[in-house]
Amino acid sequence: MFDRIFEKDVAITGVGQSAVGRPVARSGMRLTLDACLEAIADAGLTRADIDGVACWPGDNNNGDAFSPVGPNALIGTLGLQVNWYGGGYEGPGPLAGIINGAMAIASGLCRHVLVFRTITEASRRKVDKNASALTNKTIGRDSSFFWQWYTPFNVLSAINLMGLYTQRHFHEYGTTPEQLAQIALTCRTNAALNPKAIYRTPLSLDDYFASRMISTPLRMLDCDVHCDASTAIILSRADVARDGPNPPIRLEAIGAALHQPWSWDQIDLTATAARDVGEMMWARTDLKPKDVGSAQLYDGFSILTMIWLEALGLCPRGESGRFVEGGHRIARNGQLPINTNGGQLSGGRTHGLGYVHEACSQLWGRAGERQIAPHHVSVVAAGGGPLGGSVLLVRD
Amino acid sequence: MTRKLPLLTEDNSPFWQGGAQGRLLIHHCADCTRFFHPPAPICPHCGSFEVAPRPVSGEGKVLSYTINHQAWRPDLTEPYVVAIVELAEQAGLRFVTNIVGLPAEAVHIDMPVRVRFEQHEDVWLPLFEKDA
Repeated sequence: MFDRIFEKDVAITGVGQSAVGRPVARSGMRLTLDACLEAIADAGLTRADIDGVACWPGDNNNGDAFSPVGPNALIGTLGLQVNWYGGGYEGPGPLAGIINGAMAIASGLCRHVLVFRTITEASRRKVDKNASALTNKTIGRDSSFFWQWYTPFNVLSAINLMGLYTQRHFHEYGTTPEQLAQIALTCRTNAALNPKAIYRTPLSLDDYFASRMISTPLRMLDCDVHCDASTAIILSRADVARDGPNPPIRLEAIGAALHQPWSWDQIDLTATAARDVGEMMWARTDLKPKDVGSAQLYDGFSILTMIWLEALGLCPRGESGRFVEGGHRIARNGQLPINTNGGQLSGGRTHGLGYVHEACSQLWGRAGERQIAPHHVSVVAAGGGPLGGSVLLVRD
Repeated sequence: MTRKLPLLTEDNSPFWQGGAQGRLLIHHCADCTRFFHPPAPICPHCGSFEVAPRPVSGEGKVLSYTINHQAWRPDLTEPYVVAIVELAEQAGLRFVTNIVGLPAEAVHIDMPVRVRFEQHEDVWLPLFEKDA
């Protein structure tokens, strides 16, 4: 099916993250520098070693809080000299920077690629509560190929689309609100052990059901929490990765496929693009879902974590509700710990790379109080609807 | 209720303006005889350019729905229903819309619905109500 598994030539050698807050009194650029310099040092490198920069989505909307800093701004500010750089929204979701950066290395353009993702939605929302409304993506009439099919019907937040997926999952598979709640509860339990997490106070099932309904059947606690943060990951060519201070974490396989329309409503509503991503990833490795020791699964909305569990074969299709029931299987001491830093639901919407940072921290045994049992394989997946990407990480 | 309206183009105007004649117009391919949505100059199924808008019955059923409770704008004080309606003409032929004319909590999956247009400027939004 695939002639060459390019990602096997690439490893993660360092990670970094700024303060995570709601808000943080630092500019988006300063947060970015905090994360990137920490990651470069963690990999045992200097600025001069970085010859590539990747970001998703990049500064494609002129400093918008969803992504205020792109590769161009960072390259100039940090005085980098690169052979390749890239950003842009159109790609396989929040992990696109990792996937694109790995391609740049595997194709011989770079040796060390700095991948980063900055977000300042918490600061922005202090002054404009509707900063992230879908209607603000276009000025005047909706000219978007993508959004014009939703905004005229007052789909003003992605949660409306997520509500449609959730209701259909409930209908097809008998998934219950009590089962769905386990995603939020598990993330909160994990966040209690993460000093950087936004929300750390314990959460009960009663608290979940007391939380405000936003778009049925999804409640406030099914939504991730806006924050200011930047996360950076260093990708290195596998042969030079061995020279660094950290044991290389190999990119065993990536998933980036989209075999369905680029659309929220024309795709399979309960499988989404995640299905294509999962099938592609497992076709690129001899490892199996049973080999996965921890999973960091996108929880921009809780239903997406359920969809990823199924799409990655971590449980059978339609079975995510029963899989997470009671929360014991996905707990930090369970058979498949998920979102061990509290995810985006409680940890903060670092939007994609936060999961990679956490997976590496766990694989390196550097997760402090929230460290789970030693393991060698972790899967990270991010995105929702037509957006999706995944990466299978291995520390040998 | 205020609406964000689409920018009309050669491709999408039949869908957004068919309601002016009380017709729901969906693109159809003469070669493979299938409907498709969203409208485009080429059939996504067979690649043919022999495509044109064609009236459909306006009947369908609710594939999924969500009741929005959040007042994203000050005027959105009442809960409203966002749904995906599958049209009677073809399995999988569907789009996002609103279900109107009945209490939000009465909407359910598989509920039969019928189109009802709501004009905003030069756009006729295809909304749906319960098909009695």
